[in-house]
Amino acid sequence: MSKSTAYKVPIGPIHPSLEEPMTFNFEIAGERIQSVDLAPGDNHRGIEFMGRNRNIVQIIYLAERICGICSASHPFAFCRAVENAAGIEVPPRAEYIRVIIAELERIHSHILWAGVAAHELGFDSVLYLSWKVREEVMDLLEIITGNRVNYGMFMIGGVRRDITEQQIPRIRKTIEYYKDVYQKLEDVFLDDPSIAVRTKNVGVLTYEDALRLASVGPTTRASGVKKDVRQDQPYSAYADLDIKAITPDIHTGEVNGDVYDRIIVRVLEVLQSVQIVEYCLNHLPEGEILSEPKIAKLLANLKKAKGEGVGRHEAPRGEVIHYVKLNELENPEVWKARAPTYNNLMSWVPMLQNQEVADIPIVIASIDPCIGCMDRVTLTDSETYKQQVLTREELRQLSIEKTRRMLK
Amino acid sequence: MKLDKYLDRSLWVFHLNTGSCNGCDIEIVALLTPRYDVERFGIKLVGSPKHADVLLITGPVNRKMLPRLKLIYEQTPDPKAVIVVGTCGTSGGVFYDSYNIVGPVDKHIPVDVYVPGCPARPEGIINGVLKAWLKLERLRGLSGKEVEQKIEEVKA
Repeated sequence: MSKSTAYKVPIGPIHPSLEEPMTFNFEIAGERIQSVDLAPGDNHRGIEFMGRNRNIVQIIYLAERICGICSASHPFAFCRAVENAAGIEVPPRAEYIRVIIAELERIHSHILWAGVAAHELGFDSVLYLSWKVREEVMDLLEIITGNRVNYGMFMIGGVRRDITEQQIPRIRKTIEYYKDVYQKLEDVFLDDPSIAVRTKNVGVLTYEDALRLASVGPTTRASGVKKDVRQDQPYSAYADLDIKAITPDIHTGEVNGDVYDRIIVRVLEVLQSVQIVEYCLNHLPEGEILSEPKIAKLLANLKKAKGEGVGRHEAPRGEVIHYVKLNELENPEVWKARAPTYNNLMSWVPMLQNQEVADIPIVIASIDPCIGCMDRVTLTDSETYKQQVLTREELRQLSIEKTRRMLK
Repeated sequence: MKLDKYLDRSLWVFHLNTGSCNGCDIEIVALLTPRYDVERFGIKLVGSPKHADVLLITGPVNRKMLPRLKLIYEQTPDPKAVIVVGTCGTSGGVFYDSYNIVGPVDKHIPVDVYVPGCPARPEGIINGVLKAWLKLERLRGLSGKEVEQKIEEVKA
């Protein structure tokens, strides 16, 4: 081997602040990343296995706890899968309430992500700003559902709680709040030179790679692929809305597929979600919220059901799919969940190629795996085999220094 | 164990996720941000267990994370307090019958404070950290009355 220094850099898995914590093995020449390998599996809880020992209604709450940020998306997709398998009709009012909850979740998730991304770049003031803005929607979710996270709203054939007359002015207040604050968010994230300088042409995922790797959600839309379940296969109340997938060319007129484009897509989707919530609130139909209010009867009906069902939903991170097979048993015979991050994992490989070590945090954060799994990095010098451990803080420090350097 | 004077300072916290769903973890980050802002009490998240006074543990402990949980517990210098945040770390919660879960946390390391909830509320976590602080003060040899007096001083 030549004398040029090549490093092997395993990252993680300690401090697995992702839903799916994992180890990254980087090969590095100087400051450039040559190759990346992923080793997931540190957060395996065997949820699908547990689901096979529980009845359908119990699984809703298990599905909710697959991920604490997507705690409306998984039950949404699961309920749709069971309804599909058992042929249950959901009342229109319930469909609208489901969409309102799902879109409020998207607002909180995207603002959360924006704050984390700013944190990885060293702008903690922006982290605090965006999380302050996020608390408004958390309050609203608490008022509607009773909990800040893990809402417990979804039920087979509808939702568990109605939106009352008294709650509607409070929801409108939140809508107005986000319409006011949106321009500020756009200024901070899209017009700020220091964010642009660190994110433009960083972590590029080309249109072809996005298609080839079947990435989903904002990750793929930022590469120009107009893929959105709400647009491609409208379901629930989305069918009444004309939703168009948001790609970065709406804002800038071009698609680069870099981290900056992913910020654009998420910031624009916040506004889109606010508009969807407003539409649903204005057109909220009257009527029942559950097709079968008695849970014992519902379970007895499901015990007689036989068949397969698929539920798809556009979660904040992309398409989530649940598959259920019912076979006249109390428990489902098969339950399979596929979260969007699973699809997006492999897009890290082309994104990280030829990037600098200091860009690892923002590129990893850019597909929104909740928080980067950046606790610990070991740099091994291939000649001396000396190990140098970088903590998450040190790695972030490198990232901050790079921002300062580029702004000079 | 009687402690020296060096604990007379703010608590630094290390957060360890042992297979949690992210719900509690996000609430812990929410603690640091303007609404709850625990840094005004000097409570700070640190990047290494070696700097920490308090271990904040979330998640039901799966097989792959168990050796890391023990390692991080050993790496945290004494005196330390361990807080378990969330129902799944306290009792297993919804994950109680999984083949890959070896928790709850107190089966493997001593735990001082439990903050139940799925996820625990930020106010609850602040209260848990306060309880951990009381434990550390008691280790210092202060009586219950003196500790309460100290809390009044802090509040004032």
